[in-house]
Amino acid sequence: MSITDDAETATNSDELTPTTLTGAEVAAAGIDLAVETPDPGTNYHLFVAGTDEGAQTLKPRSQTTARELMREVGSVLRMSEAEAANLGELPEDPEEDQTMIINMGPQHPSTHGVLRLMLELQGETVLRCKPIIGYLHTGMEKTGEQLTYMQGGTNVTRMDYLSPLNNELVFSMATEKLLGIDGDIPERAVWIRMLLSELNRMSSHLLFMATNGMDLGAVSMMIYGWREREEVLRFFQEVTGLRMNHNYIRPGGLAADLPAGWRDGVLRILDLLPPRLDEYDTLMTGQPIWRERLQGVGVITPSEALALGATGPILRSTGVEWDLRRDQPYMHYDELDFDVVVGSYGDAFDRYAIRLAEIRESMELVRQIVERIPEGDYRIQNKKVTPPPRARIDESMEALIHHFKIFTEGFKVPEGEVYVALESPRGELGCYIASDGGPNPYRIHMRDSSFVNIQCLPHMMRGGLVADAVAIISSVDPVLGGVDR
Amino acid sequence: MSDDQGVAATADVGEDPTPMIHGCPVSHSLGQEVIHASVDQYLDVVKALDDEGYTMCVDLCGVDYLDFMGRSLPVGVAAERFEVVVNLLDLSNRRRTRLRVQVPEAAPIVASLFDLYPGTEAMERECFDMFGIEFVDHPDLTRILMPEDWDGHPLRKDYEVGRIPVQFKGANA
Repeated sequence: MSITDDAETATNSDELTPTTLTGAEVAAAGIDLAVETPDPGTNYHLFVAGTDEGAQTLKPRSQTTARELMREVGSVLRMSEAEAANLGELPEDPEEDQTMIINMGPQHPSTHGVLRLMLELQGETVLRCKPIIGYLHTGMEKTGEQLTYMQGGTNVTRMDYLSPLNNELVFSMATEKLLGIDGDIPERAVWIRMLLSELNRMSSHLLFMATNGMDLGAVSMMIYGWREREEVLRFFQEVTGLRMNHNYIRPGGLAADLPAGWRDGVLRILDLLPPRLDEYDTLMTGQPIWRERLQGVGVITPSEALALGATGPILRSTGVEWDLRRDQPYMHYDELDFDVVVGSYGDAFDRYAIRLAEIRESMELVRQIVERIPEGDYRIQNKKVTPPPRARIDESMEALIHHFKIFTEGFKVPEGEVYVALESPRGELGCYIASDGGPNPYRIHMRDSSFVNIQCLPHMMRGGLVADAVAIISSVDPVLGGVDR
Repeated sequence: MSDDQGVAATADVGEDPTPMIHGCPVSHSLGQEVIHASVDQYLDVVKALDDEGYTMCVDLCGVDYLDFMGRSLPVGVAAERFEVVVNLLDLSNRRRTRLRVQVPEAAPIVASLFDLYPGTEAMERECFDMFGIEFVDHPDLTRILMPEDWDGHPLRKDYEVGRIPVQFKGANA
């Protein structure tokens, strides 16, 4: 009822409020009108209508174009003959009255935040699936354009909130590349960055263990995973002052040096984790119910994963050996000894096993890094980007001014554009910055792996059971803060 | 030729005429290869690059250069308001390349890469949502992050920040 009312109000207001369209929209109107909603007069005084997803939702087959349907049933990716034959084994796509479209989320606990999935079911079989995102969109890329490079870290760290240090790292690396100081970062800072980046991978994967367990009914695993992650976060808190959203890695180096006794903190984690990981193996890896729930579920082939741009554990689960730490090494990963863990079936079990193995690999890396962290400075001594030390401010007026300038105006970054990528726990995390020579990024874009990875969901779910949907979402390990930004 | 004196350090752009790849001028931004394709060349160039081994499209995003039309571009590339930036990855040769496509404000329409890289589906929708750039032959060109009936495209430079107070049910405007 209220919807019809709103539609009427909308058409009325169309005539009444022409001033609400800005110049930009009028300029763009030639394009917009064709694809915008049927009532272009809708504006912010009509909030109820203004929060609708409209055409973004999964629609009945009769209202879906052939091309979109092809995409949603996954035939776009299954065009080889062998794969077309596989498609034939699935239940014939039925008439509309035999299927049902149901909504999962955005508040379902196993959607890891506010992911909404619309599923078309025939009985218990999932035929089509469409992720609907944007519920957590806060315009962080727009915000990033208003913040200086010095402040930018606080913004990007909140995007993929389970790997904050990786976000800061990629942002800092991109900024440093633009500044031309990427080769001058002190060794100690680089090694500390690597240490934190690996610990962050561990904490993120430990949380995956927890949520994956929770989604499949292994409730004790949920508690165990959170417990172990907390140990890592406790170390982060010691080092950076915060459990999450650290803003610790900054352009030019780090915010502070490691605190006294950091080595004990790291070694404590390294001692504590191995027996607990063995416990996970007992609890889950070898357990028949666990295997039944995950093996052969949500299978994706290497060519599908590549076509969909999937990276990280999803791509590796299909057997493609691709890890930026090894294949396009950044920082000093080329000097370290570690294995890239790959799967062979591309199913949810492989993705689970890879992450568990990656925790162990990261521990191995941390062990090597701890031994190699050199003494030295923790940030670059380049007056352009580094504020003077606190002690200097008390004795020198110039230092005070300098400090004030850096924190208010920021530092100018030469004109140019750059794309930097690294291997985050979820895959390739990229940062594209275009600079116009000012103290704020002219455009900052984060290529978040979760955003791309959730495109795999329809292809993994096609033909599976609705009960497996939860296992599949969990195995993709999306972080909605990164998806929506 | 294409001297961008602002771009720091050792840009070794010699006296040669601008190098070309598949008929498009190529520049280097801080050691990264950038191919400047026109809207017409775009799809063909990406196809050719795909054949060359760039099997993955890792990223596609838009940039609105409204306030920065004077940016440095290679000779023969005219600056337009919008750019579509595509990052391609070649896994077997471990190399990357980047395309920058100048998209005019009057007709922000480019071809969709969906047929080559189905993974660009969400990225192109995001670009459409944020910049209003239309991707021809995209299977489902709807907004992805903003509500469907949102006015304007938020990442455009002339989109007024804070123009819309809160867009929630029952909120006081």
